[in-house]
Amino acid sequence: MAKSESELTWKDLEIGAIIAAPGSARSYESGTWRSQRPTYDFSKCIKCGTCALFCPEGCIEQNEDGYFEADLFYCKGCGICARECWPRVIKMVEEVE
Amino acid sequence: MTTRVGIEVSIAIADAVKLCNPDVVAAYPITPQTHIVEHLAELVADGELDAEYIPVESEHSAMSACLGSAASGARTFTATASQGLALMNEVVYVAAPMRLPIVMAVANRALSAPLSIWCDHSDMMSVRDTGWIQIIGENGQQLVDNIICAFRIAEDKRVLLPVMVHLDGFNLTHVIEPIAFPEQEEVDKFLKRTPYPLPLNPDKPVAMGEFAPPFIFTESKWAHEMAIVNSKKVIKEVWNEYNKKFGRQYTPVEKHHSDGAKVVLMTMGAVGETASVAVDEMVAEGQSVGQIRLRLWRPFPFEELRESVKDTDILIVLDRAISYGGPGGPVASEVKSAFYDQEKRPKIVSIVGGLGGRDITVAGFKDLINKGIKIARTGSKNEYEIYGVRE
Repeated sequence: MAKSESELTWKDLEIGAIIAAPGSARSYESGTWRSQRPTYDFSKCIKCGTCALFCPEGCIEQNEDGYFEADLFYCKGCGICARECWPRVIKMVEEVE
Repeated sequence: MTTRVGIEVSIAIADAVKLCNPDVVAAYPITPQTHIVEHLAELVADGELDAEYIPVESEHSAMSACLGSAASGARTFTATASQGLALMNEVVYVAAPMRLPIVMAVANRALSAPLSIWCDHSDMMSVRDTGWIQIIGENGQQLVDNIICAFRIAEDKRVLLPVMVHLDGFNLTHVIEPIAFPEQEEVDKFLKRTPYPLPLNPDKPVAMGEFAPPFIFTESKWAHEMAIVNSKKVIKEVWNEYNKKFGRQYTPVEKHHSDGAKVVLMTMGAVGETASVAVDEMVAEGQSVGQIRLRLWRPFPFEELRESVKDTDILIVLDRAISYGGPGGPVASEVKSAFYDQEKRPKIVSIVGGLGGRDITVAGFKDLINKGIKIARTGSKNEYEIYGVRE
C-alpha cells in the first residue's frame, strides 16, 4: 500500500473492503493495544522457548544472543508469556506513556 | 410479444427468477414465502432451470450460502419472510457492506410474538438498517418486473449491493393475478452478465469481509453509504430503461391524484390498491384527496417525496409496523425527518394499522383518511394513532 493508514480515504478501498494483496496483517501494529509490556531478566533464562510456544500473537523470537523476546510492534501485552515462564524471566510492567 | 397469464403471485415470482437465469438458489421454506422457493426447487429438479438449488437447514445458512455464492460471482437468489428474516439477520447485515449482489424476495409477515402468519411490515423494518436496497411491490406484475430489475440494479458496477424485493404475505403471495411475462430473449438482453470485480478465485486470492481496525472502519462504512445513496440514480435509470423495453414505468414515489391534492395518503405495499379505490371514490365525491405509494424504502427517496407533496396540506402516513415507544410508525418517522428543515411542509399524521393481517377495507380507508384529517386539524396528544384497535 502506497498510502499510510492515516492517508487512506474511503475511495481507496476495494469494493466491499476486500483485501486483494496478501500480508496486510503484517503491517498492522497490534502493539498499540498494549497496556503492559514484558520485561526480561535474561540472567535467569534457560532458552527453553516456552514463552514463544504459548504466545497467541506468535510474536516471540530468539534474539541474536539466543534469548526469547517479544516483538513490541505486535505484542498486545496479554502477559501469557510471563505466566508460563517458569524460571520467572519475564515480568509485566505498566506502559507509562 | 408478451403473454398475460392468470397465475399465483408466488409462482410468478419464481418464474420471473427463472427468466433471470440464476446460478444458485439457497433457501429455506417459511410461510408465506414457501410457494416461491418450492416452485424454484421444482424448476431445478425438472431441469427447466439450470441452477444449483441448495436446500439449507435454516435461513442463517441460506444467507450464508448466498454470501459464498455471490462472492464467487454467481447470480444468486433467495427468499424468506418474518421469523426466517429474523434468523438470518446476522448474515443479512454482512451481505451489503461486502457488496454482494444477492436478490432476495421477502414475503412480508408479522414477527412473533404473538405468533402471526399474516402480513405486516415488522419484518421489513427489522432489516431497515442492513444497507440493502429495499423495493416494495404492490401487485404481482410489479413484483415480476421488479425481480428482473432487482438483478440488473444489484449487479450494476456502480451499485453492487444486495436487493430485497418486498411483497405482502398472503395479500400477494397467495393470490392469483393476470401477469404479463417478458420473453426470455428480451430479459437476456436486459440482464446481461457482468463479472463481479474481485470474486473468490484460487488463482487470484482475496480476503473478503476482513477485520477492519478503527483506522479504516469508518471509511468502509462511508463507502457503503455512498454506494446506497448513489444507487438511487441507477435504480431510476434501470426503471426507465425497463419502461422503454417493456412498457411499465416505476418510480420511487408513485403518485395517484396527488398533484394539487390538499390531503394525501401515503401507503406502502398491497394495501395501496385498496386505498386507491377509496381515494378514487373520495375524488369522485369532490374531495381534494390523493395518494402516494412508496416503491423504494432504501435508499429513501427524499427529493421525490418532497416533490410529490409540494402542494399538500395534510400528509397521512400509514405504517404496518410499530416502533415501540417511538415517535410513530417507521415510515412516518422518516417522512417527518424528510420535512423537518423544509420551510413549507405538510402537517404529517402518523397512523399505524393493518398489523398482523388486519384488513383495512375501502370504507376503512375513507374512515382512516377522515380521521387523519381530523387529527391534523385538532391535534392529538399521541405521537401516532393506531387504526381500528378496540379500546
